[in-house]
Amino acid sequence: MSDFPIPSAPKSRYRRAVESDLFYTFKRSPVAMVSAAVVLILVLAAVFAPLIAPTNPFDPSSLNLMNGFTPPMAPNAFTGDTFLLGTDDQGRDVFSTILYGMRISLFVGVAAVFLAMVLGITLGLISGYVGGWTETIIMRTADVQLTFPSILVAMLIFGIAKGVTPVEYRDQMAIWVLILAIGLSDWVQFARVVRGATLVEKNKEYVQAARLIGRTPGAIMLRHILPNVLSPVLVIATISLALAIIAEATLSFLGVGAPPTQPSLGTLIRIGQGFLFSGEWWILLFPAVTLLALALSVNLLGDWLRDALNPRLR
Amino acid sequence: MLAYIIRRIGQSALVLLIVGLVAFSMFRFVGDPIDNMLGQERTAEDIDRLRAQLGLDQPFVVQYFKFLEGAVQGNFGVSYRQGRPVAEILLERAPATLELAAVSGILAILFGIALGVFTAIRRDGVLANFIMSASLIGVSLPTFLIGILLIYLFSVELGWLPSFGRGETVDLGGWSTGFLTESGLKALILPSITLGLYQMTLIMRLVRSEMLEVLRQDYIRFARARGLRDRAVNFRHALKNTMVPVITVIGLQLGAIIAFAIITETVFQWPGVGLLFINAIQFVDIPVMAAYLMLISVMFVGINLLVDILYFFIDPRLRADRSGGH
Amino acid sequence: MTHPVLSIRDLSVEIPTRHGVVRPVDGVSYDIAAGEILGVVGESGAGKSMAGNAVIGLLTPPAHISTGEIWLNGQRIDQLTGDAMRRLRGKEIGMVFQDPLTSLNPLLRIGDQLTETMLTHLPISRSEAEKRAVAALDEVGIPGAAERVNSYPHEFSGGMRQRVVIALALCAEPSLIIADEPTTALDVSVQAQIIALLRRLCRDRGTAVMLITHDMGVIAEATDRVAVMYAGRLAELGPVRDVLTHPQHPYTHGLMASTPLASQGKSRLHQIPGAMPRLDAVPEGCAFHPRCPYATDKCRQPPVPRVTDGQAACWYPLVDEKVI
Repeated sequence: MSDFPIPSAPKSRYRRAVESDLFYTFKRSPVAMVSAAVVLILVLAAVFAPLIAPTNPFDPSSLNLMNGFTPPMAPNAFTGDTFLLGTDDQGRDVFSTILYGMRISLFVGVAAVFLAMVLGITLGLISGYVGGWTETIIMRTADVQLTFPSILVAMLIFGIAKGVTPVEYRDQMAIWVLILAIGLSDWVQFARVVRGATLVEKNKEYVQAARLIGRTPGAIMLRHILPNVLSPVLVIATISLALAIIAEATLSFLGVGAPPTQPSLGTLIRIGQGFLFSGEWWILLFPAVTLLALALSVNLLGDWLRDALNPRLR
Repeated sequence: MLAYIIRRIGQSALVLLIVGLVAFSMFRFVGDPIDNMLGQERTAEDIDRLRAQLGLDQPFVVQYFKFLEGAVQGNFGVSYRQGRPVAEILLERAPATLELAAVSGILAILFGIALGVFTAIRRDGVLANFIMSASLIGVSLPTFLIGILLIYLFSVELGWLPSFGRGETVDLGGWSTGFLTESGLKALILPSITLGLYQMTLIMRLVRSEMLEVLRQDYIRFARARGLRDRAVNFRHALKNTMVPVITVIGLQLGAIIAFAIITETVFQWPGVGLLFINAIQFVDIPVMAAYLMLISVMFVGINLLVDILYFFIDPRLRADRSGGH
Repeated sequence: MTHPVLSIRDLSVEIPTRHGVVRPVDGVSYDIAAGEILGVVGESGAGKSMAGNAVIGLLTPPAHISTGEIWLNGQRIDQLTGDAMRRLRGKEIGMVFQDPLTSLNPLLRIGDQLTETMLTHLPISRSEAEKRAVAALDEVGIPGAAERVNSYPHEFSGGMRQRVVIALALCAEPSLIIADEPTTALDVSVQAQIIALLRRLCRDRGTAVMLITHDMGVIAEATDRVAVMYAGRLAELGPVRDVLTHPQHPYTHGLMASTPLASQGKSRLHQIPGAMPRLDAVPEGCAFHPRCPYATDKCRQPPVPRVTDGQAACWYPLVDEKVI
């Protein structure tokens, strides 16, 4: 909830400076480079999961129950098949489920942040530019929502949305409901920053000039004000992505997120926890490590980005 | 000061009214209560009678006020799933959550402040730097993974501590406490660490950065220039000033602990209200969800109010009415 | 022979930086006798405050004393560390900071801040300390001291707060007070009162004062002797009357001529051309030579001229060049 300094220089020069500086600090930060590499590899692996994964874990015809509980890198006692990261109770290849699970985790995370961003920017611009009652209502709502941890808000939205969805569609809709729940729980940060910037920019001469020559408020907001808040929005979006991935995993782990038919990393960890005591550690460990690597590297990347774009916040 | 507190109470009441509206709307519009309460074998008459009995034929506003009236008296209707009054179920479950939250909160505050002060005073020390790096990982680690990790270490591998439940509890006039039995206390250890760790990390990092800020202030230099002992400078002068911003966050964190208890309770199958809430979401048990929402809102708003009032006792500048000499 | 209260000998302070070592205080020597007020004057960055901080042992690392000696009442103190130095602070050396708005802890009653200071240093009881706290406030001219001890800093105006700060600095009866720009942050109307108060209290108690300021008016009004600093070095040292009316160093001369007080009635103020060098780029020889109208080749190379008995740090001191 920190206030980001609002850059006020004209867009083109500012952006060029930022990009060159960014590149420079990036090259000098090993943490950022490693994090970026990890994120890149994981994202590529998720996107190309169908090409990389040895099996499609959700195609029942490719499963063999006899392959259940095969440890990593060891041939199965019955079938003699070997699996890189072992198999779960139903004989699904853990490596493949992780790739497919990561797809869902990343998709939900990115889509939720995108939703939060669009919603937050829109509401922030409107409340900053229009002011008055509109602003009061939007910002009070934000305050009330901020009183509660966003994971709780997401759970509630998930519960309500689930209640509204007809029973037969619930599993199918679960992913979209998740996106909605996480997205709606996370817009406030964006709205606050954008509103602050809008209030500053609104009274600048070039905005007044644009108004005088008859630009519509929509055009002014999009063309003149929005470009000024892109860098703080980018920082918040990156950090929000890490939080959204963790939120999704948490909800799915609690059983109020992605269903077992479409497991995300959180669902896989939920399934794996059941085998913690019986010794099949690989069903739990590998999804957990993947989640950690994903969340931590996105988080570190966000931290670095914040420091690089706002040295004052360090 | 009184005017300020009254205004804050008014704001709190408004928040509660809004949350009440959300909770009520859930009742009213999410899932049809009639569907949930009557079985498949129902006549149009049954439906009408129940509709009238529940007051669902009355205008929205009237229904809302009836809901609020009931809520104030602790009447949140009947759980769809368990068929018992929600208030009864909540009361039964509350001690488990409150005990867990209290222990975690105390752990988080004590260790958070102590470590925060330590890392601020020994800013360049090896141990302080190690704690800071470790805390960075702690912040990115999802709570449920911490819980699983602790279970794996202390329950599966070492077999020292139980991995689920509350152990034996003792009933003290309707309050079931786990504090009085050995198994109850043992069962409390892992969940309270899991729940408190994240909050502790947050408090620690905040105390550290605020303390470093305060230590740069002129009045700290002046205190040193007067030859006060390090202990007096660090604790009497610096820590007290650090606490002003820290208290707000601690207040919010206490609220968050109750909410995050949902996760910990699920990991450890801890029979509290959080686990109840998760099950309610899974089975779309709207009355339980609504009641939980109201309960937790009252707690959050209450804590926020308390924090604001606490300010007056810490920061004399806010006690405007006894000023003079300006 | 009695010792001066404070005696600084060839003091240098160094700060290692990425671009090499800078020396904000370079070979400074002066004494302050009991009951005497020494004004230390110079532009910001000339090393005045740094010297004060070195004396009271509050240099912020990595700044440190590299050479020289500091003697207080015949005891060498620059090598004292930790607790031994802390005991001297407040007890033997009091300090008054620039901004009274920020130098009092906002959360503690001023009475508590006074008593904790006294109880730290003096073998007295709490009730005795409380009695003395009231007396101390009374002495610095705070009306209704008996009630005001229970007030918080924000309940005082800026001038009153600076009186409180002075009471705090003096409450354990130190033999030396370092006052670092004590009036700069105050309203002009209050400045004179604070200076007069400081002067009166120190005269009465025989306290030595190091009065750090960039305000020549304050120097003229309050001090007995004056030390002029330039780029970390002492440019001139002497009785205030001599320095003000017969400055020997061209820099002091320029400083006087550019001060409204000294040039009253003249049509326009004199300006010294250029600016004081940055500490990482102090020129060879006399640091002032690039700005000095009288500089010769001798000034542009080592050795650095130093202050000697009644003689400014200049190869060609000005003679009989009256400013007024």
